[in-house]
Amino acid sequence: MSRLSRRRRRLPEAWRRPLAVVGGVIALTWLIVAVAAPLLAPYDPLAQELPRLAPPGPDHWFGTDQLGRDIFSRVLYGARVSIPLTLLLVVLSVLIGGLLGACAGYFGRWVDETVMRFADLVFAFPTVILAMVVAAALGASLTNAVLAVLVVAWPSYARVTRGLVMGMREREFVLSGRLLGFSAWRSLRLDVLPNVTGPILVLATLDIGTALLLLSGLSFLGLGAKPPSPEWGAMVSSGVEVFDSWWVATFPGLAILTVVLAFNFLGDTLRDALDPRTARAIKVRAL
Amino acid sequence: MSPTSAPGKAPAGGTAGRRAARPGVHRHPLTRFLVRRVATALLLAVGITLVTFVLTNLVPGDPATANLGQRALGDPALVAQWRAEHGLDEPLPKQYLLHLSGVLQGDLGTSQQSHRPVAEDLAEFVPATIELAGAAIVVSLILGVAFGVIAALRRDRLADQVLRVTSLIGISVPTFWLALVAFYIFFFRLQIAPGSGRLDPGMTPPPKVTGLHTVDAVLAGQWDVFASAAGHLALPALVLALYTIGLLTRFTRSAVLEVLGQDYVRAARAKGLPGRTILFRYVLRSALVPIITVAGLAFGSLLSGTVLVEAIFAWPGIGQYAYKSATALDLPAVMGVGLVVGAVYLVINLIVDVLYGVIDPRVRLS
Amino acid sequence: MTLTISNLQVSIGGAKILRGVDLALQPGKVHGLAGESGSGKTMTGLATLGLLPHGATTSGRVDLAGRDLLTMPVRELNQVRGKEVAMVFQDPATSLHPMLTVGRQLTEHMRHHLRLDKATARAKAFELLGKVRIPGAEAALKRYPHQFSGGMRQRIAIAVALACSPKVLIADEPTTALDVTVQAGVLRLLRSLCDDLGLAVLLVTHDLGVMSAVADEVSVMKDGLVVETGPRERVLRTPSHAYTRSLLDALPGETA
Repeated sequence: MSRLSRRRRRLPEAWRRPLAVVGGVIALTWLIVAVAAPLLAPYDPLAQELPRLAPPGPDHWFGTDQLGRDIFSRVLYGARVSIPLTLLLVVLSVLIGGLLGACAGYFGRWVDETVMRFADLVFAFPTVILAMVVAAALGASLTNAVLAVLVVAWPSYARVTRGLVMGMREREFVLSGRLLGFSAWRSLRLDVLPNVTGPILVLATLDIGTALLLLSGLSFLGLGAKPPSPEWGAMVSSGVEVFDSWWVATFPGLAILTVVLAFNFLGDTLRDALDPRTARAIKVRAL
Repeated sequence: MSPTSAPGKAPAGGTAGRRAARPGVHRHPLTRFLVRRVATALLLAVGITLVTFVLTNLVPGDPATANLGQRALGDPALVAQWRAEHGLDEPLPKQYLLHLSGVLQGDLGTSQQSHRPVAEDLAEFVPATIELAGAAIVVSLILGVAFGVIAALRRDRLADQVLRVTSLIGISVPTFWLALVAFYIFFFRLQIAPGSGRLDPGMTPPPKVTGLHTVDAVLAGQWDVFASAAGHLALPALVLALYTIGLLTRFTRSAVLEVLGQDYVRAARAKGLPGRTILFRYVLRSALVPIITVAGLAFGSLLSGTVLVEAIFAWPGIGQYAYKSATALDLPAVMGVGLVVGAVYLVINLIVDVLYGVIDPRVRLS
Repeated sequence: MTLTISNLQVSIGGAKILRGVDLALQPGKVHGLAGESGSGKTMTGLATLGLLPHGATTSGRVDLAGRDLLTMPVRELNQVRGKEVAMVFQDPATSLHPMLTVGRQLTEHMRHHLRLDKATARAKAFELLGKVRIPGAEAALKRYPHQFSGGMRQRIAIAVALACSPKVLIADEPTTALDVTVQAGVLRLLRSLCDDLGLAVLLVTHDLGVMSAVADEVSVMKDGLVVETGPRERVLRTPSHAYTRSLLDALPGETA
């Protein structure tokens, strides 16, 4: 038990980086696929003209589905559906949650109370159940699924930003700015926001995975993308009907897994680079 | 965890154990604390029902469209009758108040889907989910904490690296896909897992005491039923647990590393205590406090997962019920689910707070 | 039993922390180890019992009755730690486990090292608390560290260190975290324990005032080396090394 070591030391750089490199390469590959899908895909993702339920082989690397569509092509095209929406979703959550959280932390009092009680309410609710209710109420469509995920995604940013801003508010350079007569908005924009971007970026990177899981989960439940669309969650869902043809569901699922994993590798490495206290605040919130 | 909040204001829920020592408390701190917790949960339940109510009413979806067939929809009289039957012709605020007053009398309304009282539906479906999520959280805690401790003690070595990658994979796998793959491999291919549902077909559930088939079977001494129930539970629970295992592994690792750096651990080593004693008596005891906090939060994500896992394994739980009622815009049922969620939230938080007190004398004695 | 440190070298991540330290502890004597923070005096204490942070490498010899503690296997070293050589740390608020009772922390290593049964260990703990002058020992055993004041906690930590009747005590800044009014009491306690039990004490401190109050021998460290060593009177009154003089000059008020 001499290994009960006392001090925490960082992993040697050489050991920590491979994870980030692997994550970065996978993420970049998927981004390229999303852009270049029409050039890369051997078949039309929607054309129902191939043999049905053909297992993976030289002609169809990932096989074909029950409607005679090439799954490899559909998986590639799926990147165009899921990845931009997921990124947009995270950007919007950061903007909305960050803004609300910053206001709550900066102005305190009733602004803080209102925003944070609302965030608590959302937090108490299991994400999938709340998103499901929202999506069902709005009507099943991919846009509404994005809105539904947005509803459950913003509070984590609000909480983290609020905490960081409240810590920042008492710092000297912010206080002196106030004393010099800068407006609240000015000091929020110039002094506070630049200092919270690092942690928020890490949280956002980790959240890309969560958002994609949730979004594809809603599609899987039939509350997101509709059938002809090559959305990965919906493709897994169609694989349920023919689950003995394992390839129909397996490959789109692997696509989701690799994208989420890539961003988690990146985010986890980035988090280690942050100072421990901020990292801990994020770790708890990133659930 | 969070910076000090403004004077006289409680920090947001979750870490309530720490507020025990606030000055100026008149009543017994425990009473005060319990009152506050129950009030929060009530507020939450009302908030949840209000949100679900508003959501399901102010949006394009129409319950009548979702519930009545195409032919009935062509007949305005039929639609009107259906709406009147379900109280949908009243003004919205009145509808909501009617619902709330019903809840207070234990009447959660009637499901538009099952045509049964929502309370009855919930009583039937909730135990199945509790059994599933409960098994999953137990598995997650055991494996997640064990893996996290190993990773921390082997920091920077091979075991730590392997656990880091595997736990990240664990939190990256889409639950619904994993459920399907597991079902395919273990049921369809290897045929070592029983099929869907909670029991083998034709088997009678044990006499209902807790509603958890495994527990009830043991209570009734029906070992064959227990074997069947446990067998059916194992795969969905493991699938559900994978995410939280990954989460708890990562979290336990950092919690343990933090405790290892404490003076009292070095002091324990200076006393010549064996490593195992230090680990269990000194390190884990402290690390458990943050771990329990996260496990409480993780339970929420387990409930989320049940919606997806129950769908694949045909597990008759609250997740499937929530899904069916949400897609049908079955308002009373959805609000019933909301209440259940509020109650679960309350219970989990209470358990977490009690555990804080059990583990940490500073909470218990102040 | 004497403890002799010879040519002790420690480096952590390439940085040399100790560059050949020599010290000798005698039974019944308090040996003061002075120096500024970063001079390596705390590391000297930790290295003696193999408590250095992860990744530290050591060389040299720490001799306890003919055995070298530095090269000793961990299992064997665990028989020395707490039993023959004990340690008191700087901050009693963090060096006692907040969630274990005082009784537990006082008895657990007695039961382990001395194979005492529960009742005997408790009786011994009761006696120890009296020795370090904790009032109401019976009740104190059932209480937790946070229910005591800082000075009391340090007395408890000293009682923990003395529980297995060690021959050598390493006290790392034992009074730094305490109020000035409490410091004197803890120091007197250390002094009397040293005299009564024939303990060899290494008192690590940056405070020459503390040093002059209790130490028999004084060593002064700078940059990982002992620059001056000798009887208290000589070192503090007629310091031969320029660094010792500068330390003394920095002291407010008089010397000894």
